[in-house]
Amino acid sequence: MIRCQGVTKSYGEHATIGPIDLEIPTGGVTALVGPNGAGKSTLLTMIGRLLPLDAGTIEVCGHDVRATPSRKLAHVLSILRQENHISTRLTVRQLVGFGRFPHSQGRLTARDQQAVSDAIDFLDLAALEGRYLDELSGGQRQRAYVAMVLAQETEVLLLDEPLNNLDMQHSVAMMKQLDAAARELGRTVVIVLHDINFAARYADRICAMKDGRVVEYGPSAEIMRADVLTRVFDTDVQVIDGPDGPLAVYY
Amino acid sequence: MARTTLARAARPGATGPGDAAARVAAPQGAVSRAVGAFADRRAARRYAAFLGALALAAIALAWFTLAWDNPMEPGTRGFWLIAKLRATSLVVMAIVAVSQALATVAFQTVTDNRIITPSILGFESLYTAIQTTAVYLLGVSGVLVLQGTPQFLLQVALMVGLAVALYGTLLTGRRGNMQIMLLVGIVVGGGLGSVASFMRRLLSPSEFDVLAARMFGAVTNAQDEYIVPAIVLVALASALLLAGTRRLNVLAQGRDTAVNLGVDHRRGVLATLVLVSILIAVSTALVGPMTFFGFLVAALTYQAAGTHDHRYVLPMAALLGFVVLAGAYAVMNHVFSAQGVVSIIIELVGGTAFLLVILRKGRL
Repeated sequence: MIRCQGVTKSYGEHATIGPIDLEIPTGGVTALVGPNGAGKSTLLTMIGRLLPLDAGTIEVCGHDVRATPSRKLAHVLSILRQENHISTRLTVRQLVGFGRFPHSQGRLTARDQQAVSDAIDFLDLAALEGRYLDELSGGQRQRAYVAMVLAQETEVLLLDEPLNNLDMQHSVAMMKQLDAAARELGRTVVIVLHDINFAARYADRICAMKDGRVVEYGPSAEIMRADVLTRVFDTDVQVIDGPDGPLAVYY
Repeated sequence: MARTTLARAARPGATGPGDAAARVAAPQGAVSRAVGAFADRRAARRYAAFLGALALAAIALAWFTLAWDNPMEPGTRGFWLIAKLRATSLVVMAIVAVSQALATVAFQTVTDNRIITPSILGFESLYTAIQTTAVYLLGVSGVLVLQGTPQFLLQVALMVGLAVALYGTLLTGRRGNMQIMLLVGIVVGGGLGSVASFMRRLLSPSEFDVLAARMFGAVTNAQDEYIVPAIVLVALASALLLAGTRRLNVLAQGRDTAVNLGVDHRRGVLATLVLVSILIAVSTALVGPMTFFGFLVAALTYQAAGTHDHRYVLPMAALLGFVVLAGAYAVMNHVFSAQGVVSIIIELVGGTAFLLVILRKGRL
């Protein structure tokens, strides 16, 4: 459970995020959507304590993210940013092993190795686990990073546009894997998505943001309406019935 | 959808026939798949072999330094008397190698930059400025004024103070930024360097000659009395650095990942930079500027070590540093008879070796 109360963050005079009040229940996939600059990534990084908030409180599973030691929070939530640049040369398995740092402080036990193997298998990376990251395609690398935060075995998983740079096939596979993580491993997944149709298909709840505020929040079916989406995105959006539920058409 | 089906089959906790058997077999599989610091066994063996070769080379060079050109028979009392005199140089080289190598590797890690040396923060310019000012104000006797353990410690303290002031203000502020800190370091260093070179222009030739000897990194610059405090400081800082290698591995992954994994990034970086500044300050105050040495050792170590893990990178860097330094010292003393000025040969030979390695491998 994630609870935000009166969360604000300002960048200079003009750009202000919040105040945001939001409650994301345990379990399932929640998608943050909205136009560019709406504050989706900012909200996500504040929940993940990568960015300090100016006012308000954020609680994740009962822990105040400002007051709880970072080391303790690393057992509760894991966050993956959009861009991950590292200059060290690591294999996939070594990278995923870092996800166990909160549990073993770098001394990997057999239990840690098991968790690493599970995460690698979960994201279908077993054949690539000995490869170096700089030898992988963008999509494979992205999956390796997701495997790392999955190996952290936290209740809450925060992902900032994990579909960036992924092609159709890998986007679909990634969303299915995250969906499975939420459903079968019981994780709470919060994900920033660019494509509203991915949110409609795979998210249980959609939180639409605009100009730094939450403007719509509810079950996906309730958000996937032409009038709501048109208002949120400032673009004419039509919603039609697709084979797997509603589809937004705006091209 | 074959991809998803595969993942589903491998997923832990999935219910289905045959799953219990898979779970029983899994732990063994996971352990045999386990990798630590090295990507595979070959890399681990290569590391061990290279470390062994370096250790042998270090021992050989140490013996060479003690015994070459020693007029007495090995093993006699006279031999050891002469060897003892030379042992000081060995100890100084060990101090410099350890401090420069560890400091450079750690500095590159926390600044996330493999082509940088800690001297960018102005340590060497400050050293040069102090030496030049002394000679400028007091003439040739100025060099003597700067000799003595209290003066040595004062120089170390000044350099550490400059560095900590720089990090303290530029990294902890609201808009703390590594790039800006490095830029300010370069500007401060450049400013101090210009002041020093201006003063040098006004020196008499004899004063300039005395000063010039102090401007090249030279093992003979070290005074015997500095060695004990230098060993204490370097041992302390190195021990702390080595104790935090696992945290350093996480810091190398960048701020966001480090924070996600529960490591206090700012505190980790600051603590590392303070240790780096102690190491570099001691080395610089002991023997003078060694701009290229740490950089060269770090780059060569990363080529040879085949791992990202600082637990393995740091010891190899220290050993490699000693071999490079002792090798350069031997060449300088016995081939060119130019006592002491090792930094010249390090920059010449080391630079060439570095270029060859980079051009061959194509990456840092």
